[in-house]
Amino acid sequence: MSNQTTDQTNEPTVPASPVSSGPGNALRFMRSWRTAGIGIPFLVLFVALSIASGPFLHAQNLINIVDQQAATLCIAAAGTLVLVTGGLDLSVGAIYGLSTVVVGNLAQHQSPFVAISVTLAVGLFVGLINGLIVTVFKINALITTLAMSFVIGGIALKVSAGNLIVLNLNSNFYKFANTMVWRVPSAVLMMLLVVIVLSLLLTRTTFGRHMIASGGNAEAARLAGIRVNRVRIITFVLSGGAAALAGAIDTSRLLSAQAAGGGNTLAFTVLAGIVVGGTSIAGGEGSVWRTFIGVLFIALVGNGFVLEQIDPLYQQIVLGIILLVAVGLDAWARQRRR
Amino acid sequence: MTNAQTNDVRSTAGIPGGDLVVTGVSKRFGGVPALTDISLTITPGKVHAFIGENGAGKSTLAKIIAGVYTPDEGSLTLGGRPLTLRSPREALDNGIITIAQELAIVPGLTVAENVYLGSEIASRGFLNRREAHRRFDALATRIGFDLSPDVVAGSLSIADQQKVEIMRALSRNASIVVMDEPSAALSSQESVALHDIIRSLAQRGSAVVLISHFLNEVLSLADTISTLRDGHLISTVEATGATTESLIEGMLGRSLSAAYPEKILASADAPVVLTVSHLSAAGVDDCSFEVRRGEILGIAGLVGAGRSELVRAVFRDAKVTQGSVHLNGRQLSGRHPSESIAQGLVLIPESRKQMGLLMGRSVMENISLARLDLVGRFGWLSKHRERVTVAALMEQTTVKGATLATPATMLSGGNQQKLLFARSMMCSPSVLIADEPTRGVDVGSKRAIYDLLVQMASEGMGVIVISSELDEVLGLAHRILVMRHGHFTAELTGDDINESNVLAAAFSEVRLG
Repeated sequence: MSNQTTDQTNEPTVPASPVSSGPGNALRFMRSWRTAGIGIPFLVLFVALSIASGPFLHAQNLINIVDQQAATLCIAAAGTLVLVTGGLDLSVGAIYGLSTVVVGNLAQHQSPFVAISVTLAVGLFVGLINGLIVTVFKINALITTLAMSFVIGGIALKVSAGNLIVLNLNSNFYKFANTMVWRVPSAVLMMLLVVIVLSLLLTRTTFGRHMIASGGNAEAARLAGIRVNRVRIITFVLSGGAAALAGAIDTSRLLSAQAAGGGNTLAFTVLAGIVVGGTSIAGGEGSVWRTFIGVLFIALVGNGFVLEQIDPLYQQIVLGIILLVAVGLDAWARQRRR
Repeated sequence: MTNAQTNDVRSTAGIPGGDLVVTGVSKRFGGVPALTDISLTITPGKVHAFIGENGAGKSTLAKIIAGVYTPDEGSLTLGGRPLTLRSPREALDNGIITIAQELAIVPGLTVAENVYLGSEIASRGFLNRREAHRRFDALATRIGFDLSPDVVAGSLSIADQQKVEIMRALSRNASIVVMDEPSAALSSQESVALHDIIRSLAQRGSAVVLISHFLNEVLSLADTISTLRDGHLISTVEATGATTESLIEGMLGRSLSAAYPEKILASADAPVVLTVSHLSAAGVDDCSFEVRRGEILGIAGLVGAGRSELVRAVFRDAKVTQGSVHLNGRQLSGRHPSESIAQGLVLIPESRKQMGLLMGRSVMENISLARLDLVGRFGWLSKHRERVTVAALMEQTTVKGATLATPATMLSGGNQQKLLFARSMMCSPSVLIADEPTRGVDVGSKRAIYDLLVQMASEGMGVIVISSELDEVLGLAHRILVMRHGHFTAELTGDDINESNVLAAAFSEVRLG
């Protein structure tokens, strides 16, 4: 949504009209902050790390960072759409956990294609359930997805019987996320595809506008003829699907799966990335590529701590402060707008 | 603020504070002047009315008196002492209390808790409920309200909630009570009761600042009337010398007739585009009517008569319990507004901020929202086509001071409303319903919106206009249906269209048809 702001003003078909001044300046600054937003601190951090740490700028280090974040980035890209539409999906960590054990179990005996397809179907289905509960039963999205994450977490334990599933390095399933294309693993490429497709979906399609409208003012959207509930359900389905894909990617990368394998904090890491990227928690505004930068920003902070061998204790504190600043700026921007 | 502090200040308040003198007050919002050089005096024991069109600055002035806004220039004095108010709290401490347009009731608390909200009766930090009840009962008896102190305030009617606010004002011995549109949400009997309260407040020595759209109310209640227009104080007169006509002329700066475009009546044999038969829904009881091509139908009635409920039922935005709606001969059967729009029926809702616009999004996105299919293919948007289409619509609806990328929130009320007209035009409907199309719109834009309505009708749409401003319905409609209690009480055409007929029907118990 963001870059249209700049190219529209130069468009010749627009009737020449006076550019309003004064009250808009602060607002326009905020909009441009949102647009450039996280890009600037990201670049600063990137340059700082390049100078401070020798190994940082190595292609392999950078690829590793993105490879490690591929799963988070997939989920966060879809999560952005949920937030823009005025929802919130806290169950992505649990869906991720469930899909790792589902895909892990299936990959032991079935073809990778079957394993991955079934896993994606499971993720999409859980997303559908989330969406239906939120819209049909009108239960708050936060509560719904929190409750669902307990349910799904339990099912994941049942599926794996609490065991760690270990896969064979020689299986075809390993190739799913680890096939190298010019030194770039397929996990990264799949993630990029998801990010690009979802970003275009939000900015360039009718459905994208419907998401923004539903999140910005559901009543207005409904009266303008938008089927708000349908739009919301679809975003939850996409979110569930993305979490399942992320689970499959990570299982293939790591060749192991566990019901609670990192899924517990994942939902919050994802949310932090989205918010640091500048997507409004109140809905109606947001951008997938800024979420992309936001997630990587947090990852760079982590990487910097590792490279500089700083106590990881401080990493959490810094992350918390970054998150507060991001949310604070969002709240401030919304107050200015009134 | 600690308890000790408030108590100290409050002990000095409560005494009628003498004249409140406003001298040379100006206020700007982001460079746009809202008030310019206002000077007036508010006297204890008098009802002082502020009147003016929406956007004239009367609410801004009231908010300055109430400490919500601080003036950019000018000063206030109370009983000769300079008065600097930085918050409503400080105004309260000086005996100034506001009863706002939007009620400030905490719905989950009881009536008594709401009355003593912010000045809880307590000893050593613990609430003293018995004492609170005793004082509440004393207050209620004194002013003749029969509210139960233990009822949850959220369950009360709007009128009763307003009583709670008034009791809050009285419990603090306010010397100046500012009332912003107090009777807007009240039924006629409730208004009468409110008027008695306002008079008794003044008799007891309080100054009442009354902001009202209802000129009859102003003329019967006020002692002094100040007229504002475009942020300037036009006049301050004694109510005894004023008439409705003189007040309107002061508010508009011209006489009423020039405010509306000429009526272009639809021919009597124009085809019927909308047929509503025996429609019932929540708040709507067995309503039937037709709208012809090119016709402007006005629906009049008091607030709460069921006008908005009726059009929302017609628009399929509310559950219909009985009856049918035919558009161009085809029955509207959908259960979602999207289907009504697809069939050619469009609604401009009564509240553009809550129900109409995406305030933070651009002009372009707001206009194209309902018909994105026209500027895209297979769900993929063509930005170029969208810009061209929307720019043309902006020109047609005379949206000013905005580019395609300007966020809706930066537009004036009038231009925001024009965005909704542009959106409706893009749907090229056969019937347009405009619910309160000029609420909160400045005088100049009002005329532009009337012109748009007339133009859309003359292009062959059937137009339905709902307005709480009676003048507006009288000035625009070719035919008027008057509603009361969810059904029609009169149908007025031609020379029968006048204020007294509409008012008589609005209070009539006779059912039409």
